[in-house]
Amino acid sequence: MRAPHGAEIAAGDVLLAVEDVSLAFGGVKAVTGVSFDIRKGEIRAIIGPNGAGKTSMLNVINGFYQPQRGRITFKGKARAQMRPYEAALGGIARTFQNVALFKGMTALDNIMAGRTLKMRRGFFWQLIRVGPALTEEREHRHRVEQIIDFLKIQHIRKIPVGKLPYGLQKRVELGRALAMEPDLLLLDEPMAGMNLEEKEDMSRFILDVNDHYGTTIALIEHDMGVVMDLSDRVLVLDHGVKIADGTPAEVQADQAVIDAYLGVSH
Amino acid sequence: MLGPILETLIGGLLTGVLYSLVALGFVLIFKASGVFNFAQGAMVLFAALSFARLSEFMPLVIAFALAVLIMIALAYAIEFLVLRHLVNQDGIILFMATLGIAYFLEGFGETIWGSDIYKIRLGLPQNPIFILESVFPGGLLIDPSELIAAVICAAMVVLLAIFFQVTRVGRALRAVADDHQAAQSVGIPLNKIWLMVWAVAGMVALVAGMMWGAKLGVQFSLSLVALKALPVLILGGFTSIPGAIVGGLIIGAGEKLAEVMLAPVLIKTFDLAGGGIENWFAYVLALLFLLFRPQGLFGERIIERV
Amino acid sequence: MFYREVGQFKASYDADQAIFPIAQDRWFVIGLVVFAFVGVPLFAGQYLYTEVLIPVLILSIAAIGLNILTGYCGQVSLGTGGFMAVGAYAAYNLALRLPETNIILVFLFAGVMAMLVGLLFGLPSLRIKGFYLAVATLAAQFFLEWAFARVKWFTNYAPSGSVAVSRIELFGYPIDTPGKTYILVLAIVVVLTLAAKNLVRGRLGRMWMAMRDMDIAAEIIGIRPLHAKLSAFAVSSFYIGIAGALWAFLRLGSWEPLAFDVNRSFQVLFMIIIGGLGTILGSFLGAAFIVLVPIFLNQLPSWLGIPISTAMISHLEFMLFGAMIIFFLIVEPHGLARLWAIAKEKLRLWPFPY
Repeated sequence: MRAPHGAEIAAGDVLLAVEDVSLAFGGVKAVTGVSFDIRKGEIRAIIGPNGAGKTSMLNVINGFYQPQRGRITFKGKARAQMRPYEAALGGIARTFQNVALFKGMTALDNIMAGRTLKMRRGFFWQLIRVGPALTEEREHRHRVEQIIDFLKIQHIRKIPVGKLPYGLQKRVELGRALAMEPDLLLLDEPMAGMNLEEKEDMSRFILDVNDHYGTTIALIEHDMGVVMDLSDRVLVLDHGVKIADGTPAEVQADQAVIDAYLGVSH
Repeated sequence: MLGPILETLIGGLLTGVLYSLVALGFVLIFKASGVFNFAQGAMVLFAALSFARLSEFMPLVIAFALAVLIMIALAYAIEFLVLRHLVNQDGIILFMATLGIAYFLEGFGETIWGSDIYKIRLGLPQNPIFILESVFPGGLLIDPSELIAAVICAAMVVLLAIFFQVTRVGRALRAVADDHQAAQSVGIPLNKIWLMVWAVAGMVALVAGMMWGAKLGVQFSLSLVALKALPVLILGGFTSIPGAIVGGLIIGAGEKLAEVMLAPVLIKTFDLAGGGIENWFAYVLALLFLLFRPQGLFGERIIERV
Repeated sequence: MFYREVGQFKASYDADQAIFPIAQDRWFVIGLVVFAFVGVPLFAGQYLYTEVLIPVLILSIAAIGLNILTGYCGQVSLGTGGFMAVGAYAAYNLALRLPETNIILVFLFAGVMAMLVGLLFGLPSLRIKGFYLAVATLAAQFFLEWAFARVKWFTNYAPSGSVAVSRIELFGYPIDTPGKTYILVLAIVVVLTLAAKNLVRGRLGRMWMAMRDMDIAAEIIGIRPLHAKLSAFAVSSFYIGIAGALWAFLRLGSWEPLAFDVNRSFQVLFMIIIGGLGTILGSFLGAAFIVLVPIFLNQLPSWLGIPISTAMISHLEFMLFGAMIIFFLIVEPHGLARLWAIAKEKLRLWPFPY
């Protein structure tokens, strides 16, 4: 099944539309009847108390889980069942809460792996290597080095990622996602476990990615300060249901949101 | 027509019970430590060798007791020399370590006890008897020693099932199988647990070895028999004790039936030099099972969370 | 101080990604290969050729094959013996029925046949992982073993079940001495190793390693599990098939299916564990280790002056292999290749301690 190659989306138009999506695991309802959209070029935050269904929502967009009900439209085309591979082909990249890097490979190789979809030279050329395959390796290595420069991880590029500290691992994972040149970048708690300085760095990277490459970003984040500073619009989930959707200021003032976080029973 | 088939079936079922005995050892260790113990077969061989040689110059009961002690000592050695150092490693690393243990044990066992074929005399009735003579003309031929083995096996299964479900130690074992680190952090003494489990598996191996040894004689090919336990586990599920029994029965019966019914057909169609389907039937069956129901009949579904 | 990179600046990505970025390494390997082709024949005797060099070289190819599947792509396989058998019998049947075929084509055919069988038995890997897959590959092993023992057509209806090959020639030039056999095998090994190194460094190699390390994440970045796993099975079986044909034709001369039984599968697996999973160098080191240990053990009685029976020697072999596997898994899971890399690291600093 080919991934839908949607229409060209202008900045500001809807890139991804989630309509009335519900997801349940057996009796556990992860997400119920959630609808929202993500506009091209914006930074969209998804927040909510623990267990609100945020990661599940991302997993659905990504193709990991198939929702029981609802529809997702990406780049103008609706999709039914979609595998993660097809999401990747369609232009969606993702990072994970618990860093999902290839532990046996170096940072450089991890990011080069992100170029897989962009590399075309087939088996035969790779076998001989000298010639078209080598040229391709060189080109993509060049692009990857640009990303490495951008993320300031030159000094660790040859180190196996398993040996890197957590903060740097997250940066490498971001690099790998960027290497895919995605239309939509899904970040699952990119700042979890980071100190203030690391958070500032990561925030700047996210803003730069959005400015410089024009990548649309959806991120799950718990740090309210980060959310308010970075995002254009915020979606709030609680117990799998949408309870607010708007600009950071609007959401911050919304009573339902305040109740959810303070744990007021409803 | 039905008679010979039934005979084959019963013979196969009884062999299957013996497979289950070997598989039980696997299940124990896997259930309790998450380790896929490839060395189970070598343990069966080693136990059988020890018992066979010891029983040559001392009464059976004492030989048995000594063999039990030897298997416990073996469990100590394995825990101390190998397992302790590989805590928290990938499953595949542990699996390969048990491969190493298997090879070492085989060589070691044969170095100490010798590599001839040894007989185990358990005083079991050796001669086949005829049953159900009233129903089928001439009766059905079965091997009483296998029947006895079946009973012993059933008894062991019941004991082990109770052990796992009911006792505190059994609960701890299940916790360890789930997550080494988590079990440690609630104070379960990992090393002692592993020790106990390998010791119990060793004793199961001993019983299995005695049964198989009495039937085949103790020799190297015993470890090939143990390899056969792998398809049993796949059919039954790696963590299920009843699964090991059912799996063993299916494999045992299936093999024999295939040899008797399927082989002649294949020989004619493909102009083969003889049968020998038993060599691969169990594995191919397991393969097909894996494709449609990877967790086996009784095993637990593994869901991967991201 | 001899092994320093001082002054060696890589001015291009090509230089950085070369097989041997450090000049000393490059010269060493080039020297080694030249020595292998030119120097060794000057002094090597028959024993060295037939008992050491040729077996090690041929088994290295099998080890590279299995390493690609298990070491790089993480798919455990216990079917190596069976796939070697496919290669051996495919080559035998082709050479038998089309005797004029060039020997190189015969070997390539062996590889292709093994590759097809490998693809078939590799299909289950799309649904099965880990040691479940290992058991599935055992199905392949035992089935193939049985097939070559029982299907009479494969052995050309030989009453004894064993087959033999007669004279081998390359473009009319007879390969009839151990020395010539060695050169032929060496040439094949060099070509195959280079090809493997290229694959492993490129996009396909990264796909394989990604599947091994975290298959879920691999799918997220656009790697199709089907593509990665089946390509690993295909390439791996190709190599193993060629190794099987070489083993049968150039090492054994005549053989039965027993030469490719489940013990052979374990033997090759041990090679890559001890040598180093996921390295090309490790395949060679492991093969050398596995071949040399029995030879060493055979000499032991005469060195120690104690008579040890052949049976005992084989028991000792088992014990030694088992112990070495455990040792390596505990101490250095990345095998001899990693130890070699560590030694080189130390050498870079020598004579300074740090």
